[in-house]
This record gives sequence, C-alpha cells and structure tokens, in this order.
Amino acid sequence: MTAKNKSNGKSELNKVPFSTRVRPYLIVAPSLIITIGIMVPFAMAIWYSLTNYSFKLPNHKFIGISNWVSMLGDPAFWGAVKISLMYGVISTVLEMLIGLGVAILLNNLNNGLSKVLRVLLVFPLMIAPVTATIVWQLMLNSSVGIVEKLLNIFGVYNFPWAAAPGTAMLTVIIIDVWINTAFIILLVLAGLQSLPKSPFESALIDGGSAWFNFTNLTLPMLKPSLYIALLFRFMAALQEYAIIFALTKGGPGNALMSLSLTAYQKGFKFQKFGAAIPFILVLWLIINIAAKRIVNLQRTAQKQAAGLEE
Amino acid sequence: MRKLMSLVLAATMVAATLTGCGVDSPQTAPTPESDGQQAAPATDSATPEAAAEEFDWKKFDGEEITVLFSEHTYADAVEEKLDEFTEKTGIKVNYSSMPEGNYFEKLNVELSSHSGSIDVFMTGAYQSWEYATAGNLEPLEKYIGTTLTSPDWDYDDFIPAVIDALKWDLVPGHAVGSGFQWALPMGWEVNILTYNKRILNEKGIEPPKTAEQLLDAAKALKEFDGSGSYGLAVRGLPDWGTIHPAYMSMYSTWGAKDFEIENGKLVSKVNSPEAVAMTEYWVDLVKNGSAPQWATYGWEMCGADLGAGKAAMMWDADRGGYTQNTPGSSNEAGNMAFGMVPYPESAGKTEADMKSNLWVWSMAMNADSTKKEAAWYFMQYFTSPEFMLWSGVEKACTDTPRTSVLNSDAYKQSVAGAEGYYEAFSTISKNASIFFTAQPYFTETTTEWAKTLQDLVTTDKYSSVQEAMDQLKVTMDELVSDLEVE
Repeated sequence: MTAKNKSNGKSELNKVPFSTRVRPYLIVAPSLIITIGIMVPFAMAIWYSLTNYSFKLPNHKFIGISNWVSMLGDPAFWGAVKISLMYGVISTVLEMLIGLGVAILLNNLNNGLSKVLRVLLVFPLMIAPVTATIVWQLMLNSSVGIVEKLLNIFGVYNFPWAAAPGTAMLTVIIIDVWINTAFIILLVLAGLQSLPKSPFESALIDGGSAWFNFTNLTLPMLKPSLYIALLFRFMAALQEYAIIFALTKGGPGNALMSLSLTAYQKGFKFQKFGAAIPFILVLWLIINIAAKRIVNLQRTAQKQAAGLEE
Repeated sequence: MRKLMSLVLAATMVAATLTGCGVDSPQTAPTPESDGQQAAPATDSATPEAAAEEFDWKKFDGEEITVLFSEHTYADAVEEKLDEFTEKTGIKVNYSSMPEGNYFEKLNVELSSHSGSIDVFMTGAYQSWEYATAGNLEPLEKYIGTTLTSPDWDYDDFIPAVIDALKWDLVPGHAVGSGFQWALPMGWEVNILTYNKRILNEKGIEPPKTAEQLLDAAKALKEFDGSGSYGLAVRGLPDWGTIHPAYMSMYSTWGAKDFEIENGKLVSKVNSPEAVAMTEYWVDLVKNGSAPQWATYGWEMCGADLGAGKAAMMWDADRGGYTQNTPGSSNEAGNMAFGMVPYPESAGKTEADMKSNLWVWSMAMNADSTKKEAAWYFMQYFTSPEFMLWSGVEKACTDTPRTSVLNSDAYKQSVAGAEGYYEAFSTISKNASIFFTAQPYFTETTTEWAKTLQDLVTTDKYSSVQEAMDQLKVTMDELVSDLEVE
C-alpha cells in the first residue's frame, strides 16, 4: 500500500461516525470487564497458593510450591477428594433419578393435583440450605425428632444419623436430595413439555409401548435437558459446604471433611489462606474437567435430538 | 518468625508505654501517646465521687464508632443501653451482632483486612492469643487508669482470675496473668454440673460429686424416659468448643496438662498417663451416658435437651443451665440445681483439686481503629460497676466479672432461685482459670483434639486410647513446631 492509499484509508476511517467506531468496543466491554473480574481473583488465588499468606502474619512471602507439596502429601487431602467425589456423584445420581421419575409422573398427570404438587415440590428450593439442615437436624434428633419416632415403630432406636462416620454421608445426602431434587424436577419438566407431540402420536398409532416410547423417544429427545440439569447439580454438589457445615462441621472425625470444608477450615478457622487455596484450586480443576465433559455430551445429545448426528 | 514478631510487638509496646508502665499495675499506666497526656492520677479532686462527677464524658462528642458483637445475653444488655451511652457521651455507635456459629470467622476477615472497619468487638481469651500475636489487639494499658478513664471505673474490682485471663505477654507457653491487658471481661463462665433434681429424685440418684459417681449416674440414667433420653449432656462437635468446657475441667482436675515447655519448645502432653486415664474415663462416659448423637452436639443442643427433660444432667457453662431454669424458659424450668466439678477419687483427687476451665466473653479494641479514645469510652462504660450491677441483676448476666456485684445483696437475691448456683459459682471461681497453654495455634490444636475424641467415641480407628493420644501428641507437636519459647 502506498503512502497516498494509507492516507486515503485513514481519512475514510475518520468519516465513520465516532459512535460507530467505538460500538464494537462497547459491545465487547462488558464481557471483557467480567472476564477480568473473574481472572484477576483467580490469578491472585494462584499467587497466594505460592505464599505463606495468613491472617496471623503481618506480611506474606513467596514459598514456591510448598503448600502444594504439603497438600499432596497430606492423607487428609486425598480423603477430602474422595469425600467430595462421593458426595457429588451419589447425591447427583439420586437427584437425577428421582427428579426424572417425578417429572415424568407430573407431566403425565397434568391435572389440578399436578399443579398443586409442582408448587409444593418447589418449597425446599426456597429454603436456605442451612435452615433446611437445622430443621432436618431436629427431625433426626434421637430425643425429640419425628423421624426417630417413626423409626421406633419399626423397632429401630437411636439411629445415629450424622453422629456416626458410617451414616454421616447418608444423612447429608438425604438432606441434599430433599432440597435439590426440585431443581431437577423443574428443569426436566420444562424439557418434557417442550418435546414435539407428533413422534408420540405416531408411536401411539403404531402401538408402541410406554417403555418403547420412553427409551426411544422421550429419553433421546430429553437428553439435552438432562445434561443441563446434571451439569448444574453436579457442579453444586461437588462444592457443597452449607449442609455439611451446619450438620456436623465436617465430623465425626474427618468423615465429612470435603475439599470445601477443608479449605474453609484452613482458611478461615486456622487463618492460613496460602495453605487453603490449593484445596480450592484442585476443586476447581475437578469441576472444570467434569463440566467440560458434560457440556460436550450435551452438545452431542442436542445434535442427535435434532437429527444432525447419529 | 513468630518469636521475632512477638519480640518486635512486645518491644514496640514497651517503648510506647515508656517507663512506669507496670503491666501488672495498669492503674498507673501512662496515657496514650496520641492524646499527648501525662501518666497521672485521673484527678486531683478531694473525693472519688467528686472526681467521677468531674469526668468529661463528652470529650469525644460527635465521634462515631463501629461495634461487632456475638449474639449473647451480655451483648443484649449492652444493646439495650446504647442510647443511654450516646446520650451521656455524644458518641454514636454503629452496632451489629451475629450468631456465635460464624462470628469468629467474620471477625477474622474484618481484623485481617487492617482497615479499622470495627473499633470494638467481642472475643474470648483463647482467641485473643491469636489476635494479639497477629497485632490485631490494642493493649489497654494505654487507657486504663489515665485521664481517659473515669475514677469510679475500678480496675481492681474485677475478679483477679477473670481479668488475669485476658492478660498475656505474647510468649507462647507462658501462662496468662502477666503481660498486656488485651481485653476487658463482659462475663465469664465456669463449667459445672447442672442436674435436674426432679429426674434424679424420681430415679433415686444422688447428685454426683465425684467422677465415679457421675459415671454411675450417667449410665443408670440411660434411656430413663424412653429412647433418646440420657444421663449427661456434653458437647461433641469437632472444634475447640468440645474441649474447653467439661473435658478440659476434668482433664485439669485429673492433673493432666496440654503442653509443657521442654528445651525451648512447646511439647504436647496429651499422652501422659493422667491424660490417657482421664480420656479413657471420658470415652466411657460419653459412650455409655451421653447423647446418642453426641458428635453433633454443641452447647445449644446440650441446653435444649436439659431444658426438655431429655438429659438428666449437663456439664457445661454454668449459665447454660441457669438460662434453662429461669421461669418460662423451658419445660423443666425450676427443676435445675447446680453441682460442682466432679473429681476423680480413683486418681486420688479431692474437692480441693476441683478445677474449672474458664471462658471469658470480653470486649477488645481493634489495633487498627482510628477512634481509639472513643472506643475506650465505650469499653469503660460497658464494663463499669454500675452497668455490670444492672446487667447482672436485671438482664440475667449472672456471671459477673466484678467482685462488687458478686458481693451485692441485689445480685445474691437475683440468683437465689437457682439452687446451689451461688455456692457453686463462688466456690469454683476460686479454682477457676484457663488451663490451656497460651499459644497462637489454639484453634488448630483443639480442633485436632476434638476430632480424636470423636474418633475414639464413634469408630474403632484406634486400638486403644493410648494409641489415639500418642498420635494426637505427634499432630499437636507438629502444629506448634515453629514456636520457640524462651
């Protein structure tokens, strides 16, 4: 390009109104700001994980990967990974199965009772998890709890629930399922109601059984919605903190010390942020890997449901 | 590093307080440098009454301070008098409180920001070790006994064990009671036995005095009123709150210690013969005489079960039992009576060996506060004999830290309805102290301790108590390994 052409190009640019010229930047700006807002704390977290940052010390210093080495050599870390994964997988699978079943029932029921039930089933979602946990703690209490009284009818007395390592995980998962299954029901129900009617009408004419319809029509077309529900619940379950903290503070012993609880304890109770952050970063890594996998599955399912892919 | 910090901080404070600042005699302490005043008697007036009349409560009129408290009876009493404080001093108070559950975590964040966002806050003695080491606390020698203090605010009137519990010289392993005054007491708690006399009478059980009697009674009362009812309520959550009340009181009465200083280092003694014998007793007591869901029990659940008549006895803070006994507060209100600290006869202990570990709710000043003088006015007003007599008599703040209140007829009359309370409180208070070794890793070491107790009670992880305590000792030694003691 000659100097003259360059000059012409510049003057052409100057003729474009200012508002038009800045528009692309304005459109991108919110995303940029949000990205910076996310990335700056994230980068700081990585930096702090390489320091001895503590509320107890006036200053902090770079200590390399000491916190990471110390974490990886700590049996409590591997225990926390196991607990987080167990909690995440079991509670999500149960919620998905129950949520799917209830949503199909409500969809098929589709009458006045169905409408009432939809409202009632959403109630647990409206209660703060800590509050719900305290209510459950009272219900499960061996002295005054209503669940204990019901179990007494079947000859079961003083069931330990959250007070014993063998039943503590079961207890927090029951509470999680009670609170969060409604979320799955809502998403799946919305998915069910958006399915096209014609394939089902054709199947009805051809005499397809309910099971045939479910496995060959409902489930494939519903998969994208199911993956969305799975994505949100699994991510939240891996991060779960409130229920466990309100019920047992991670006990008995280390029975429920998940990655979130361990990081909280090290960071806020023991005031050692440098040592706490690697636990959270590992949790982020696990969630990131799981989320990417689920998103890929959801995309594939969406294409299959649209008939774009076998 | 920590030793260096301690020394630097201590040196700074010593320099700041100059000569004549006897940390054991805060009444003679000099004034804050910022105020530019001289160390001097608070007044030249002829009589203390006249001097008190002359004290300028309006000196910081128009200032505004921020106060963060934990929700508690003591805090409620303060909140009720905030308007009167503002009227008297002209200092506006931005007051907020939050439940105890997460209070200290919130406080940690606020203090560590060094923003001075809070001027005055509630704390406990154990926590003050961590805050003082981190430089978050303002030493109060700069204010006590200076012209900034009203002559009728009587430092010497505080019960010695209580005020001393809030003093420490910042050297890990050194006992509390010497060094700097980091906070002032709002109320304190001794950990004694509360029992339901109706239930014990009905079951023909005498109120236990010894550890052996307590164990027998707790076992005998298992399911005394059907499934879920039990003998003794004690805490069991995996945190310091499980160790400090009954467990630490019994542990100390048994003659065991948490740490000792050896070769300039803190060394855990939780696997000593006394500690192991006491813990064996404790595990037996909890397994066979406490709540089936003990591992999820904090003080609230213990108190609730006692008040509901599901627990026949409770060993916890005295006021936990006291509040269940006030008319209308619980199903079993009026049926409570108060015992002492059960002592282990089998270990050769007698009544004279009874020890109760102390908890002191107190108020402290943020070292980063920019309104320290106004903050001090707040602190002295709400720890004054006048306020404490009112809160002790009228607002159920029965664990008064002031001798004048404890000895007053009005106070004695107000607690007379609680059988044995005054006797227990006044007797045990003579042998009450903080039996933990002061050190900045208190929260971590006691959390590990509580988790070990949970494992011993709820699992077969360890073949014996000795094995568990040996392992705990290793963990605790490692946690405090960077501390050096002179």
